[in-house]
Amino acid sequence: MNFDRISRRTLLGGTAAVALAGTLPARIARAADFTVGFIYVGSRDDYGYNQAHAQGAAAVKKMAGVKVTEEENVPETDAVEKTMESMINLDGSTLLFPTSFGYFDPHILRLAPKYPNVRFEHAAGLWVPAMPKNIGSYFGYIDEAQYVNGIVAGRMTKTNKLGFVAAKPIPQVLRNINAFTLAAISVNPKITTQVIFTGDWSMPVKEAEATQSIVNAGADVITMHVDGPKTVVETASRRGAFVCGYHCNQAALAPNNYLTGAEWDWEDLYPKFVTMAMKGETIPNFYRGGYKEGLVKSSPYGAMVPDAVRKEADAAKGALMSGDFVIYKGGLKDNKGNTVIPAGAGLVQTDIKLESMGYLVEGVIGSTS
Amino acid sequence: MTFAIETKAIGGRLVGDRFGAAAELVALPVLAVVVALIVFGGFVALFGVNPLDLYGYMYRGAFGTFFSWQNTLTRAAPLILTALCTALPAQLGMVVIGGEGALVMGGLCATAAGLAVLGAPPLIVQLVMAIAGMLAGGLWIAFAGALRHYRGVNETISTLLLNYIAIAILNHLVEGAMRDPASLNKPSSYSIGDQNMIGLIPWLGVHWGILFGVIAAVLAYLLVFHTTFGLGARISGGNLRAAKVVGLPVGKLVLAMCFLGGACAGLAGMVEIAAVQERANANMAAGYGYTGILVAFLARQNPLACIPVAILLGGIGASGGLLQRRLGLPDASVLVLQGIIFIAVLASDTFYGRFKIFQTNSA
Repeated sequence: MNFDRISRRTLLGGTAAVALAGTLPARIARAADFTVGFIYVGSRDDYGYNQAHAQGAAAVKKMAGVKVTEEENVPETDAVEKTMESMINLDGSTLLFPTSFGYFDPHILRLAPKYPNVRFEHAAGLWVPAMPKNIGSYFGYIDEAQYVNGIVAGRMTKTNKLGFVAAKPIPQVLRNINAFTLAAISVNPKITTQVIFTGDWSMPVKEAEATQSIVNAGADVITMHVDGPKTVVETASRRGAFVCGYHCNQAALAPNNYLTGAEWDWEDLYPKFVTMAMKGETIPNFYRGGYKEGLVKSSPYGAMVPDAVRKEADAAKGALMSGDFVIYKGGLKDNKGNTVIPAGAGLVQTDIKLESMGYLVEGVIGSTS
Repeated sequence: MTFAIETKAIGGRLVGDRFGAAAELVALPVLAVVVALIVFGGFVALFGVNPLDLYGYMYRGAFGTFFSWQNTLTRAAPLILTALCTALPAQLGMVVIGGEGALVMGGLCATAAGLAVLGAPPLIVQLVMAIAGMLAGGLWIAFAGALRHYRGVNETISTLLLNYIAIAILNHLVEGAMRDPASLNKPSSYSIGDQNMIGLIPWLGVHWGILFGVIAAVLAYLLVFHTTFGLGARISGGNLRAAKVVGLPVGKLVLAMCFLGGACAGLAGMVEIAAVQERANANMAAGYGYTGILVAFLARQNPLACIPVAILLGGIGASGGLLQRRLGLPDASVLVLQGIIFIAVLASDTFYGRFKIFQTNSA
């Protein structure tokens, strides 16, 4: 039995491995820089939700004295807790941007009390005063930008049929569908919006199928609310339909068909927050806003959008900017004929009732269940 | 030396000495992983990353600090249990890839059962949840076993499809009947409550799932290699006809092994709820079931080996974050490494019995 020969070989290998590990340069981030960590649920070049946040992170990277670390494809499980702790313990991060909705409860709520000196800034979470003070939640009223999309779509359609590819029938998504449709109807009362829910945030195959079937049904302007709009944009433009983008600018994917798009403006917000944190100022725990506050913006119009339409859309944007324009006016009916907002009782953007929207407005073809 | 003789008779391999065989069983996969790491080093070098930096960060992220160990073990915890969902039926020669579905069904039923007895003392709630989770996961895979045994349906296809069905049932229930109306933008069930969470192992800072996994793996190992039940299963796996001829109850073995495998994954689902999520929602389908398949194959379907392999993959996952942050590698690079390891270990299969140093003259 020559078992001893193996152990010698294993020993040699093991020693080599250990020696290798020992000689490595331990390049660890030191506290000299202010370190900020960004966490994404999907890929950071998804032409969508995650890319929008990554663009914000890129803006922070340009700031002096700031070090940015990023991690993508982090699921909404205890993996994100470990990623946050890793950023805190191994990178020395003191400000974190875990950007996916599902990171909030229970993961951020669980970690925040454990690391009171770290600031957790979360997109879309609903912070309430009973929660730890080192958590902040911010989000934009992107339905304002979908409203502007709707103006352009309502003017550009020839078939009077619009299409909306959506992930899940949850309040945030319904709000976008409704704002888009209300805007389109305001300029063209004949239009309808066909909506298809794919059931989840990232389902490229179903998104392609949904786009195909909406175009087959006659829609000629398509928009969406899914994590990565790439599939919808490419499929729709290949079929010759116009596209209104979402999350970030997808014009590069369909230069001849991209009308405009509803974008987040994290490039504007994140450097602001980082500056505040570096100066030791308190970032508000609850931060919301639309065009006016610079949290959302519209993609530049495509060359095919005529001047008259641009003016009309810009006027809508201006009205939203001024803050006294109401998207959800009183006397609003859902697509089953029920009155959901009584006459004379319009809901302004900050109204908490809008956060639990559960209906599709008149003019939308589709069902929430 | 009965064990070695059995191995020889069943496996048909030229192994006459259990130490030589054991050494081979350990050395070849280790060698395969080392080769995979070297290949991966070459791969990242193409992208301008120094492989030595890479290995350094991998070590640091996975095992270099106490926190890294916590990170690694936390990620390994569900993988041991879901790996057993593949490794146990594999003793019968079945390729079951339904760990994801069994985990989801386990978590879902555990949540439902926990909510049904919410007022009871926490220990009772947890026990009920564990039993419900294991029953649900077990029946889920046993169903695929029954389809295979009684109707001749290929178990790989059926368990794969059952994964999709399980996730669809989960989404249907948490967006409908089981939905907490307050969960507006993230449809979820009601919470099982803070008091019913099983919490962390105090001195380790890792949740109890890791201990459940280790216990389950040890029990599974004893069952497979040290009981007549396990022997019967392995004989059926080696030669079904021969097993039938000698009168082994093949059907019962198939159902029982599938049930036990599924129960392990179901328990992983219960732990996911009771230690991590507090409520059932789409986050449960995080891919642990699929990574478990990889673990089982890398462990060559040996339940005991599932433990170190799960820790290895947990470590790769844990260090993946550091690779992204320090070296700017995309997350997909971790998948590339996993793929290379998988292929290297599968390819190393052909080397069993080819190295003389592992064999004695009695072979």
